Amino acid sequence: MAAKKKSDAKGLPGDPQLRKDLLHSMILQRRFEEKVGEAYALGKIGGFCHLYIGQEAVSTGVLSMLRADDYVVTTYRDHGQALARGMTPRAIMAELFGRIDGCSRGKGGSMHLFDRNTNFLGGHGIVGGHVPLAAGVGFAIKYRGGDQVIACFMGESVVNTGAFHEALNMAALWKLPCLFIIENNKYGMGTAVERAAAIKDLSRRADAYDGMHGEYVDGQDVFAVRDAMERALGIARRESKPVLLEIRTYRYMGHSMSDAVSGTYRTKAELDEYLKRDPINLLKARMLEAGDITDADIAAMEQEVKATCQDAWDFADASPEPPLEALYEDVLVDTTS
Amino acid sequence: MAIITYREALNQALREEMSRDDRVFLMGEEVGVYNGAYKVSKGLLEEFGEMRVVDTPITELGFAGVGVGAAMVGLRPVIEFMTWNFALLAIDQVVNAAAKMLYMSGGQYPMPMVFRGPNGAALQLSAQHSQAFESWLAHIPGLKVVTPGTPYDAKGLLKAAIRDDNPVVMLEGEMLYNTKGEVPEEDYIVPIGKADLKREGGDCSIITNGKMVLVAMNAADQLAKEGIHVDVVDLRTVRPMDVDAITASVRKTNRAVVLEEGWEIAGIGAQVVDYVQRECFDDLDAPVVRVHQADVPMPYAKTLEKTAKPDVAKTIAAVKKVLYLN
Ligand SMILES: Cc1ncc(C[n+]2csc(CCOP(=O)(O)OP(=O)(O)O)c2C)c(N)n1
Ligand SMILES: [Mg+2]
Repeated sequence: MAAKKKSDAKGLPGDPQLRKDLLHSMILQRRFEEKVGEAYALGKIGGFCHLYIGQEAVSTGVLSMLRADDYVVTTYRDHGQALARGMTPRAIMAELFGRIDGCSRGKGGSMHLFDRNTNFLGGHGIVGGHVPLAAGVGFAIKYRGGDQVIACFMGESVVNTGAFHEALNMAALWKLPCLFIIENNKYGMGTAVERAAAIKDLSRRADAYDGMHGEYVDGQDVFAVRDAMERALGIARRESKPVLLEIRTYRYMGHSMSDAVSGTYRTKAELDEYLKRDPINLLKARMLEAGDITDADIAAMEQEVKATCQDAWDFADASPEPPLEALYEDVLVDTTS
Repeated sequence: MAIITYREALNQALREEMSRDDRVFLMGEEVGVYNGAYKVSKGLLEEFGEMRVVDTPITELGFAGVGVGAAMVGLRPVIEFMTWNFALLAIDQVVNAAAKMLYMSGGQYPMPMVFRGPNGAALQLSAQHSQAFESWLAHIPGLKVVTPGTPYDAKGLLKAAIRDDNPVVMLEGEMLYNTKGEVPEEDYIVPIGKADLKREGGDCSIITNGKMVLVAMNAADQLAKEGIHVDVVDLRTVRPMDVDAITASVRKTNRAVVLEEGWEIAGIGAQVVDYVQRECFDDLDAPVVRVHQADVPMPYAKTLEKTAKPDVAKTIAAVKKVLYLN
């Protein structure tokens, strides 16, 4: 079943343009969120805000393998996936600023990014609560006889919730095209995974359901994520069966903006160790080594991304706050007319 | 008009709406092969097949969420809870997902779905199986909550709920499924948000909903024998509430009793009384009296259970109290 490694002359997977796109996607997420951190410190963004920094190879690896008509659903830690899915930095930043041009018209904020155009079915704030939704989307795909899939991202804490098991059981029972993607960043807030889950290898949760494919993946290596996705899509799209991927990664920032970067629950030494496997640096190093890209190319890309992020900030800053009438809009669909 | 049971009325509504729109499907425990825990879905599996009449594992949180996900991408699920007591396991999906999705997505994701099942007490089912959840659900913006008390309303409201692009919660009653009433053969709906004056009389308004409509009608019959004539205002929908119907009746009778199945504190009746004091303060000739379940979990023993429940005698006593007859 293993996907054939399609390496080109440089010994790297994919083609030069694809590799540049992957790097670009990851750098965009990183710089965008650095900007978010700045805006938060200035009070331009409020509420809970969870950064994705360190996990970019997961969103980029997974979402670069999906089709435009596939679906995505995720948690409150959703900025990276929204960008990797192709939502505009402007609409995301405006949402974080609570402005009318935000992707959820200023009603959702950081935790609830939604976008119908890219089938981005939202960031959701109740741990585990969105996993059954993914089974529902899988059910709807099957109901209509389509060949799309849904990718459902979740933190590793989710594997201990009832909602997770209820959803996986139904997805396996009814053979639904769902990709359940655990982003194991080792911590749920301050609780290390081994202090919460009575299982070490989280992808083995798939073993509880006959025939469900589960595997773990190095989430700092975007190519490894894409390889795993190729296998997963073979099962989900072609056989209409759910898959469970445990993608091991690490969060470089605190749980949310109110949490110190290293905190009481992990050591600075541990963080430093994981920083050595920064997914962006790993990709850059491989591409540089193979002569796939030059330092000048990277500098140009950084320059362009920087401008894009500043543009998103300026756009968000200039976007009006939602008018007060918006308070009562979209509580219900108007059925009186 | 045919006389049919409340159960048959619901069954007809499901069959008609599923025939009308192939995006509509029914999902829940025992809805298919078993024909429904209360036989509401009898024959539907045979007619529509297992993709549209879906038996689930016992996994309320899970299948309620499946409904929400399917509604997000354009299907129109009807999620049946065997009873609302068990729906507590799914309340996250009703409250945190279905009721919020349109709002937090800035209008992008409507939730055209129905959550339905029996609510409230039957007979001697004791504490965990005898609870009326109207006020919990009516509290939530983003939901509509309907509580039909007759076969006519059951069919018309379920059809309206399925056609509505919003999440509609429908509270039925185990004790109502066998009750009979007139239901037209032709297609009709009962508009959500409209109360119904089930009986007219000038002396007092009984404002009620759901299963208590029968209790109110019964009380009204007995009061009539004593020369006391009451309005019975059946709210039918408890969110949004038909305030105009409440005030029109109270302005006419100047007295009101609010009868509900659930508990007193923060109950539906509390909301009705609030509307009445705001809109009809100068019309009232007596303080409004509420009739509701005793403020205890439902006991098992027959006599205790009877004492705990709102009933005809308590309703009659309340009407006499607001008429200063006792
Ligand atoms: C049901 C529920 N309980 C508690 C919380 C508070 N909370 C928010 S995030 C979080 C940790 C989740 O960790 P994980 O699933 O690993 O995701 P990560 O934050 O690491 O991406 C907790 C406890 C919540 N949002 N929902
Ligand atoms: Mg985590």
